[in-house]
Amino acid sequence: MAAGSTSLWDWDYAFSIIPDLLKALLTTIEITVLGSAVAFVLGLVIAVVRRARIPVVDQVLWALVEVIRSTPLLVQIFFLFFVLPRFGLTLSAFVVGVTALGVHYATYTSEVYRAGIDAVPKGQWEAATALSLPRSRVWTGVILPQAIPRVLPALGNYAISMFKEVPLLLAIGVVEVVNAGRELGSETFRFTEPYTIAGVLFLVLSYPASMLVRRLERRAAVR
Amino acid sequence: MSDNLSRIVPVLLQGLPPTVIATVGGIVLTILLSVPAGLLLLSSRRWVRVLVRIYVEGFRGTSEVVQLFWIYFVLPVLIGFQLVPLWAGVLVLGLNHGAYGAEIVRGAVQSVPRAQYEGAIALSLSPAQRMRRVIFPQALVEMLPPMNNLFIQLLKSTAILALITVPEVTRQARDVLIPNYGDDTILIFGLVFLVYLVLAAILTALMRLAERIASRRVGRRPSRAARVAARAAGPGVSDRMAGI
Repeated sequence: MAAGSTSLWDWDYAFSIIPDLLKALLTTIEITVLGSAVAFVLGLVIAVVRRARIPVVDQVLWALVEVIRSTPLLVQIFFLFFVLPRFGLTLSAFVVGVTALGVHYATYTSEVYRAGIDAVPKGQWEAATALSLPRSRVWTGVILPQAIPRVLPALGNYAISMFKEVPLLLAIGVVEVVNAGRELGSETFRFTEPYTIAGVLFLVLSYPASMLVRRLERRAAVR
Repeated sequence: MSDNLSRIVPVLLQGLPPTVIATVGGIVLTILLSVPAGLLLLSSRRWVRVLVRIYVEGFRGTSEVVQLFWIYFVLPVLIGFQLVPLWAGVLVLGLNHGAYGAEIVRGAVQSVPRAQYEGAIALSLSPAQRMRRVIFPQALVEMLPPMNNLFIQLLKSTAILALITVPEVTRQARDVLIPNYGDDTILIFGLVFLVYLVLAAILTALMRLAERIASRRVGRRPSRAARVAARAAGPGVSDRMAGI
C-alpha cells in the first residue's frame, strides 16, 4: 500500500507494520527467556562440576568452555543447524536457536558463578565441613544461597546481551524482529521503517532492563 | 575426506583477509571512539555527558545486527550512496564496541586514586598534562584487560558481516563450503572454530604485550586481579560487575 512512496519516513506504513513486528518481538522474548533459563542452569552445573576438579572431565569442560567463548555465536548456530541433522537429530530452527544461545551464554555464566562461589568466605566451607553436612547440602544449604544473590546482576546483564543477539537466528530462518522486518521490507522495498522500529523496540526493552540491573548492582555493592 | 581437506582449507583462507581487516579496522575505530567518549563521560559539562550518553546507550541498547542492517540497508537511502559491505561492517563494529569501550575507559580513569589528581595539581600541571602524563597512563593499565575481552568480542562479531555478503571466514564456510562439501560439515566447522581460536590467541598475546609495556611505563606489574575480574565480567558488560 505504501509501496513506491518516496518519502524518507512513511508514518502510515510504520504504524501498519507495528503489529507484525510486535508479534516477532514476542518470539524474540520467548527465545531470550528460554535461552537464559538454559544458560543459568547449565552455567551453574558447569561451575559446580568444574569445582570438583574431576580429572579428564575438568580438562574437557575447560576446553569446551574456551572454544565456545572464543568463537562466534553465529558459527555455533550454523554448527548446530548443519551438524546435528547428520547425527539424525533434526531440530526446528527455534530449538536450535534456544540451544545455541543457551549453551553459548552458559560458558559466560559459568565464569560468573565461579567468581560468586569464590567470593564465599572459606570459613563457610570449613564450618559446613565441621558440621559434617553432606556435599549436596553444603552446596544447596550454605554456598549457593550466599553465592547466587551476588551474581544476579551479572546474570541479568547476560540475559540482556542475549536478547540483543537473538537476531542472529535470522540466519537459520527464525522469524524474530529483524527477520520479520526484512520480510516486511522486501514486500514493499521500504527498509527504513522496519529496521528503525526494530532498533527502537530493542532500546525500549533493553535500556530500562539494564537500568534495573544497574540499580541491583549498586544495591549489592552497598551491602 | 583428507582428499577434500586440501580443497576446503584454501577456500576458508580466502575468507581470512576480510575477517582480519574487519577485526583490525573495527579495533582501530573502537579505540578512536572509546577513548574520547570515555573521557567526555567524565566531563563537568552536563550537556556533553548527556550527548555522549545518548551515543553509548543508543549503541549498547540496540542489537548489533539491527545496527548492521540499518547502516547497510537504511543509511544508503538517507545519504544517497551504498557503502562497501566490508566498510559498513567496520563502521558498525567500531561504533558498537566503541560504545562499550567508552564505559571501560570511564571506569578505568575513575579507578585512578584521587591522590594522583591532587599530586598532579600540586605540581601545577595543566588539566591536559594531568590527564596525559599522570592519570591516563595509570588508567591504561586498568583498561587493557577488559579491552582485551572487548576486542575478542569484536573479532567474534566479524562473523555477522556474513549477513551482509562480506566473504569472510564464516560466509565462506556457510555459502561456499557447506553446499559443496556436505559430507564434511564437521571438518569444515572444526576448521572455522580453529581459525577464530588462533586469531583470538594472537589478539590476546598482543594485548598481554601491551599490558606489560603499559604497566612497566608506570612502574607496575601487569594486574592479574584486573584480568581475572575482566574474565568474570565477560564481554561488554559494565565495569561495576568486576567487583563481584
